[in-house]
Amino acid sequence: MSIRVGDAAEAPSFPRAARALLGNTQLRQNVRRATEVIRNRRARVVGELSDWEQLRQAGHEIKQHTLQYLDFYLEQFEEACTRAGGQVHWARDADEANAIILSILGARQAREVIKVKTMTSDEIGLNHALEAAGITPYETDLADLIVQLGDDRPSHIVVPALHRNRMEVRDIFLRKMHLRELGDKPEDLTNAARAYLREKFLRVGVAISGANFAVAETGSVCVVESEGNGRMCVSLPEVLITLVGIEKVIPRFEDLEVFLQTLPRSATGERMNPYNSIWTGIVPGDGPQEFHVVLLDNGRTKVLADTESRETLDCIRCGACLNACPVYRQTGGHAYGSMYSGPIGAILTPQLQSLEHSESLPYASSLCGACYEVCPVKINIPEILLHLRAKVTAAGDAPFEERVGMEAAAFVFEDPDMLALAQKLSRIAQKPFERDGVIRHLPGMLSGWTAFRDLTPIPKQSFREWWNERESQRGDQ
Amino acid sequence: MQISLFITCYNDTLFPETGKAVVRVLERLGHEIEFRPAQTCCGQMHYNTGYPHEAASMMRRFLEVFRDAGAICIPSSSCVATIRDHYPKMAAATGDGAMIGEVDALLSRIFEFSELLIDKLGVTDVGAFFPHAVTLHPSCHSLRSLHVGAKPRQLLESVRELRLLDLHDADECCGFGGTFAVKNADVSAAMLSDKMRCILESGAEVCTALDNSCLMHIQGGLARQRSGVRCMHLAEILASTEAGDSR
Amino acid sequence: MNERSEMLEGIRRAIGSRGSDRESDYASIRRGYHQALPIDLPECVHLFVDRLHDYDATVHFCPVEGIAATVAAVLSGRRKHSLLVPPQLPPDWMPSNFEFIRDTGLSYGHIDRSEGVLTGCAIAIAATGTIVLRHSAGEGRRALTLIPDYHLCVVFEHQIVGTVPEGIRLMSEFGRAPITTISGPSATADIEMTRIKGVHGPRTLDVILVA
Ligand code: SF4
Repeated sequence: MSIRVGDAAEAPSFPRAARALLGNTQLRQNVRRATEVIRNRRARVVGELSDWEQLRQAGHEIKQHTLQYLDFYLEQFEEACTRAGGQVHWARDADEANAIILSILGARQAREVIKVKTMTSDEIGLNHALEAAGITPYETDLADLIVQLGDDRPSHIVVPALHRNRMEVRDIFLRKMHLRELGDKPEDLTNAARAYLREKFLRVGVAISGANFAVAETGSVCVVESEGNGRMCVSLPEVLITLVGIEKVIPRFEDLEVFLQTLPRSATGERMNPYNSIWTGIVPGDGPQEFHVVLLDNGRTKVLADTESRETLDCIRCGACLNACPVYRQTGGHAYGSMYSGPIGAILTPQLQSLEHSESLPYASSLCGACYEVCPVKINIPEILLHLRAKVTAAGDAPFEERVGMEAAAFVFEDPDMLALAQKLSRIAQKPFERDGVIRHLPGMLSGWTAFRDLTPIPKQSFREWWNERESQRGDQ
Repeated sequence: MQISLFITCYNDTLFPETGKAVVRVLERLGHEIEFRPAQTCCGQMHYNTGYPHEAASMMRRFLEVFRDAGAICIPSSSCVATIRDHYPKMAAATGDGAMIGEVDALLSRIFEFSELLIDKLGVTDVGAFFPHAVTLHPSCHSLRSLHVGAKPRQLLESVRELRLLDLHDADECCGFGGTFAVKNADVSAAMLSDKMRCILESGAEVCTALDNSCLMHIQGGLARQRSGVRCMHLAEILASTEAGDSR
Repeated sequence: MNERSEMLEGIRRAIGSRGSDRESDYASIRRGYHQALPIDLPECVHLFVDRLHDYDATVHFCPVEGIAATVAAVLSGRRKHSLLVPPQLPPDWMPSNFEFIRDTGLSYGHIDRSEGVLTGCAIAIAATGTIVLRHSAGEGRRALTLIPDYHLCVVFEHQIVGTVPEGIRLMSEFGRAPITTISGPSATADIEMTRIKGVHGPRTLDVILVA
């Protein structure tokens, strides 16, 4: 099995990556500005719906139900899609998915492909595989194009280039589109992308897309988007390959009525995104005449098997949890070492690939709960983070200092006399670090604390000592 | 009413003044406080850092100590959240039916300090006097787990001579997060500096909250900057009277 | 087929035992959200128009017998002379003095060079200002309403429903016809979150609302 999530296995630990990014003021400003705009918009359009909580609950229950019968729904989807003229392929891991796609392209002798909604293809490293086979992939989502042309990495699951400002985008476009001049207004940049891509949309014969939803009952696929590049990719080329994570299936067409309300509002703060494309197999005289669906596992079954964290697979990739997360908003997405960043990345990446490659991610959260509050399918991310933390320590992967500290503390909390003694000893132990009633430097793991903050020393008398004193004085009276 | 105090391990060790203030407020209102010396810790730190087994034995102790207690007052919303959100799950994981039942019977007796005052005792004006400009940091657990809503504000608004100032981006996390502040010290510090900026901009002399954990972190940052703003647990403000500050 | 059966087998193992049967489990999903809006048709129309204005689409009103005249007025205002139309667009929507080219398999290049496209729609959703195209001989294949830079769409008031659930229920009866939903002209906010109208789809959307 070669389960992988991009090259997340080689990524540095979260604290290390974060430290470097925190020094990049431009990036932090860009991230902060962008997330603030989306959060405000989201809050406005979510606030309009008096039935928002019921929609969240229904979305959660639909997804949970689907996972409970996932085998049935995948087979049902396959059957319906095949009946409508599609071809369904099953890929257990990244390599298998890439091989399936390459063989379809090989049969058509394709040299170029256009791509849309390709986070899952990032996950399997498809672009590398294509390039290695001499095939040029063109990302068509404006943000993906900025990332691709800038040899960059996505930093957000919905707005992958939100860490770039217009001047940076202008520089990238000037260089990579071989333009003589280009304004720096967002309109100028958007027009440049339109001109650059239009020729490709009309000419390139094969597209690779992702999918937001795959309807089991009808075999239909739904792509939710704003720019029209999705429509271009799914309806102009002769051949369409759609890569779908197995968790994207939903039981019935009617279930879209929930997600098409919650997804746009959560993702971009719109009541409805400009375009949705829904198609079923092939239609003579309209759009691709060869349609392949690749159903991808790549670790999802592992997530499914753990009932405590199964609901991770409910995710509809709206990005609301990223925008709400105070940790994400400080660092941006690159710190998470994966295309899946923010709170969902912190739980998804470690579960898809093996935990030991990303054991710092479950700790990349202050557990403030903002992610759970906004999630349109009610994934209890803080709970899952705790579950994964317990797995890290159970695997013996926690740092030595921490383990010793935790065991010692647990020992002390077994016995109130021990606690009272520990309180006394700590007061003595802190003496060497105390100056004028403040502690400004501590050694070891705790040095991180005192690098930025003072520590008020432990007071002379604990509460329980005060209480005992008071009680005995009362007794005397 | 007889009220049992679970002081929490860090208040016991680091913030005894908060405990004394809770006792003072409740006794002033005519209630009888008991402190069971066998108590230690709710298990929060262990549970949140990935040590559920250790946390479970602390839960067991908690259940034992407070088995026959009436209303239990806890001046820390994150500890209340641990008990409410995680004890049922921890008990279920043991598969011990008796324990599951005991947790069930416990939850309705658990009150965070502001919940106790407003929901259980039905008071908002505790007769406090505090002639200072104060801003409230609504800690994450109080906000998103306990859903205390306007309770702390109501209590503060009833304090004589207290000027309550708005805090910009109030519902943002301060960056403490227990071991998060140690494991991700840099990010935690960045979050803290945003929080401190908002506190300083509010013009308050005092920043208050329902959690000393957040306040310790914020106070540490403010003190390093020598800002002059001090942090106080809500109970300490409510304990102040014209006769004298609680400290 | 080996991968297929292995994957399915793995999934069944991961799921483990299931409590109830699938149908009743599905039926137990709580759907407490609104199915319809408590408003009448005129209010619905009003809301729909409001939403379209929000998206910067231009809305023109006319009675049933005035469609062709309104099309003519809109096109004159836009200084357009020639539009593409689906093969089975009602002839009485097309005023004389303008050229209407029926799409009977035009090349993408031809569509790209056109001045725009005129179509009807299948339904519209007021709450979100959404126009739903059911791609067919009446509303055209997908490329026809995608490649041109201008889309003039005729919507009848009786086609407007209030909510997304009402819309989806009607769409579920479209069979295998591809569906496109359009909520305002194409847009992006990928650069500094500034909403820019018009990326790849038609940059201008005009709507004629027929009473
Ligand atoms: S976890 Fe929830 S909030 Fe985060 S991206 Fe997924 S669906 Fe959206």
